[in-house]
Amino acid sequence: MSVIPNGLDPFATDRGGPAQPLLSISGLIKHFPVRKGTGPKRVVRAVDGVDFDVLKGETLGIVGESGCGKSTTAKLIMGLIERDSGDMLYDGQAIGERAMPWRSYRRQAQMVFQDSYASLNPRMTVEQSIAFGPKVNGVPGRQAVERARALLARVGLEPKRFAGRYPHEISGGQRQRVNIARALALEPRLVLLDEAVSALDKSVEAQVLNLLLDLKAEFGLTYIFISHDLNVVRFISDRVMVMYLGRVAEIGPSDQVLAAPSHPYTQALLASMPSLDPDNRTQEALLAGDPPNPIDPPSGCRFHPRCTLAEGVCSAVEPSLSPVMPLHRVACLARQPGSGHSAAPSEAIAA
Amino acid sequence: MSTAQARDGAAVELSGLRVAFGKTQVVDGVDLKVERGQALALIGESGSGKSVTLRSILRLFPAGRSRIEGKILAAGKDVLALDTKALSHFRGGDVSMIFQEPLLAFDPVYSVGRQITESIQRHEKISSKDVRARALALFERVRIPSPERRLDNYPHEMSGGMRQRAMIALALACRPQVLLADEPTTALDATVQIQVLLLLRELQRDLGLSIVIVTHDLGAAVEVADRIAVMYAGKIVEVGTAKEIVRDPHHPYTIGLLRSRAEGAMDKGSRLQTIPGSPPDLANRPPGCPFAPRCFLAEDRCRKEMPPEVELSPGHRAACWFTDEASSAYRAGPQPVAVEMA
Amino acid sequence: MTAPLTAGSVALDGNITAAPDAPEAFIASRGFWGHVGHRLVRDPVAMAAGILILIVIAIAILSPWITPMDPYKGSMLRRLKPVGDATYWLGSDELGRDMISRLMLGSRLSLFMGVTPVLIAFVIGSGIGILAGYVGGWTNTILMRTIDVFFAFPSVLLAIALSGALGAGIFNSIVSLTCVFVPQIARVAESVTTGIRRRDYIDAAKLSGASAFTIMRVQVLGNVVGPIFVYSTSLISVSMILASGLSFLGLGVRPPEPEWGLMLNTLRTAIYVNPVVAALPGLAIFIVSISFNLFSDGLRSAMEIRQ
Repeated sequence: MSVIPNGLDPFATDRGGPAQPLLSISGLIKHFPVRKGTGPKRVVRAVDGVDFDVLKGETLGIVGESGCGKSTTAKLIMGLIERDSGDMLYDGQAIGERAMPWRSYRRQAQMVFQDSYASLNPRMTVEQSIAFGPKVNGVPGRQAVERARALLARVGLEPKRFAGRYPHEISGGQRQRVNIARALALEPRLVLLDEAVSALDKSVEAQVLNLLLDLKAEFGLTYIFISHDLNVVRFISDRVMVMYLGRVAEIGPSDQVLAAPSHPYTQALLASMPSLDPDNRTQEALLAGDPPNPIDPPSGCRFHPRCTLAEGVCSAVEPSLSPVMPLHRVACLARQPGSGHSAAPSEAIAA
Repeated sequence: MSTAQARDGAAVELSGLRVAFGKTQVVDGVDLKVERGQALALIGESGSGKSVTLRSILRLFPAGRSRIEGKILAAGKDVLALDTKALSHFRGGDVSMIFQEPLLAFDPVYSVGRQITESIQRHEKISSKDVRARALALFERVRIPSPERRLDNYPHEMSGGMRQRAMIALALACRPQVLLADEPTTALDATVQIQVLLLLRELQRDLGLSIVIVTHDLGAAVEVADRIAVMYAGKIVEVGTAKEIVRDPHHPYTIGLLRSRAEGAMDKGSRLQTIPGSPPDLANRPPGCPFAPRCFLAEDRCRKEMPPEVELSPGHRAACWFTDEASSAYRAGPQPVAVEMA
Repeated sequence: MTAPLTAGSVALDGNITAAPDAPEAFIASRGFWGHVGHRLVRDPVAMAAGILILIVIAIAILSPWITPMDPYKGSMLRRLKPVGDATYWLGSDELGRDMISRLMLGSRLSLFMGVTPVLIAFVIGSGIGILAGYVGGWTNTILMRTIDVFFAFPSVLLAIALSGALGAGIFNSIVSLTCVFVPQIARVAESVTTGIRRRDYIDAAKLSGASAFTIMRVQVLGNVVGPIFVYSTSLISVSMILASGLSFLGLGVRPPEPEWGLMLNTLRTAIYVNPVVAALPGLAIFIVSISFNLFSDGLRSAMEIRQ
């Protein structure tokens, strides 16, 4: 049952049917200029040609090191920063064009931020923060407050005890529940969670993850879940996208990508997760050094300077994202028939 | 080279340690022993007192605002009895520390190399040529690439992982016996975190360093530590070898921590086991076991009396009235536990 | 072992510890200003300063009715009586007027000259600063660089120059003092607003579809007004001293109106005859301005609330 008047909003209901992706991103590019000294103009290639779909009802996990462009991607999807180029379709409609202005899109897509404290107004009570969205969308004040209280109860915070509190009076886990309630206040179909559980203690993180699973089932949500923690992503995601230096390295079903990774970078990421087995501790790190800077990324495959499989061809040719299995695509020359890489499968087998 | 008389005895020994800030008893009776050459991890949630316990070993609190009781022995010295001068020699010389944020450990206006050489010269008489050689050796030791050039870098010119290595070099400059690490890898990417953890392990092995690492991440603890101590509300609830803690936990809180980890979830879509509720308010500490309100085994006795530490096997101790029940509940299977509505 | 161990069920989720069945009413929080008040009351220095300010304000309001003598009536025979005189408790001035009465009445103008320019500058400066901070870009650059020009002059010099150009008088003094404080307040307002604008909750508000004006009114304003207000209260003491300075130089209040700065000026000649009496107006300025500063400090630390 919707409280928000829907009369003017044709996007609240499904349009394209279950097969049409809820969100379809292609050729997304965002470069930031670097203002430093004189000399030639340099740019940070934060997001440099990213394509992916978010299917209806799924959870898409996005992983990668810092500087890989995952947070920039999140902000571009939400329209918090402007894209340089690229197409973004929401349920088949181009976002930001006349048929679907940003304002209607944002009713459908909401975001939960990493820092639970910074994302709540310190001068507003929990209830006021949640009711703000419905109010600016035309819900009468009283109804908006009732909705806020119902949502508080739904995220596990007793309205009587929490509605009138201020952000500094509640714990980090409770604040993140409030942020989730605020995101749900506009009845979105897509919720983007940008490192939303990363700052929480493990036991609280588990509580919030359970809550996210319940809410998804109850409201039929679609999640984009950004995290650096592969274990959490494996737990919550249906599909995983691995990003490296502003590009997609690998994307596919999470039990394939995280159990049998195809890209050497994904393999290295997995190998660097601490083992929980005292008899079988990690013996060596597959990746040396820090994640590289997205200013002046390497030529060809961006991962080649750190890659164990790198060959001459890797610095010359930029690999495209191509399938190794149905639904599982990888941008690595060693996995592409006919790429010129010695480890590449022969074309006959691939065909 | 430092203090041969301290060769026998533990590297760090805390007995009856209590630390309070105002009315808040943050650390409430901690007994802990770290043998020489051993790495111990203190794990717990925020507010468990793990970081305060670590910092009290170097007495890093302003005297007016904190009250430390109990006994702290580190590198053979009685830390609470040291005067100001001895304390400043003790910090860095006998025991040194690394932090989560390396930028706070360095002065931004001097090169990293200069800060390391100055630190060495503060503690001993050494020629400027030798001291440079020592700084260079330290940089090689912590595996900083092209160390000669990097010595002249300023802290902001280094990447996060390299700064962390440089901070470890600075901490090792005066050849301490004990290295304390406060969440050293929390701010780092997983790919860098594992490198730093491996480095710490290598230093422990090669230099015979004793390490105490504080972390909230069980995985990081298992990677470096020989022994793990689990803290909750200012008390150590369970301590044992890494294997004992991970494979054979006897305290319900340890069990909760292990169960709530996402990698423990068997099937997708299944819910995670969680520890209900949230940690107690340390200013109004309830009587009895602090974990009782969240515990699946708690009975009236737990809410009235603090359980003593039980020795389960040599070196493996847990503070719980129901260690046997907890242990068998853990062994019984992945989802053994229902929670009585409080 | 009595705890139930049933297979297959799931741990209770939720952060709620067992709460007693609360009464129907929602638990109301003290609110932000409630917290600030609570903490302020526990700060003895700020409270003492606050009470002193209240007393001075009360005296200023009531002075026409409660002065022990006529503050304008002098007597050539009773000039420069010392402090502790039987008739003149705090002595008399160079024209034989009762010091205590003149100090009481003088508090009116001195306070007025201290508070009014800051109040006006608070409104104008906040407006400029918040606009520059929230809009950013070119608007910010133009507004703030213009403001920077005023910082080239020391504030005393600027106040004197403006007053000199406008001519003497209370109104002109207020105008010139306002001009001195607008840039200072605007700069603080701009930096506070710029900081707030980058917070995640502003992004969250944008995502809810709110217009820029609504975000400014609901989300930004409440967070910036507090810090700007605190900064402004710290300027009251400066304003009082500058106003007194202007009067002292003959650019502000004109005799025979009592005003502490002006009184200090006219008593200047008596400094060798009766230094204690001559210093009294200065002491009054000192005590009141220090009180404003201490109170403002207390307010600032009371507002620093984090978890």
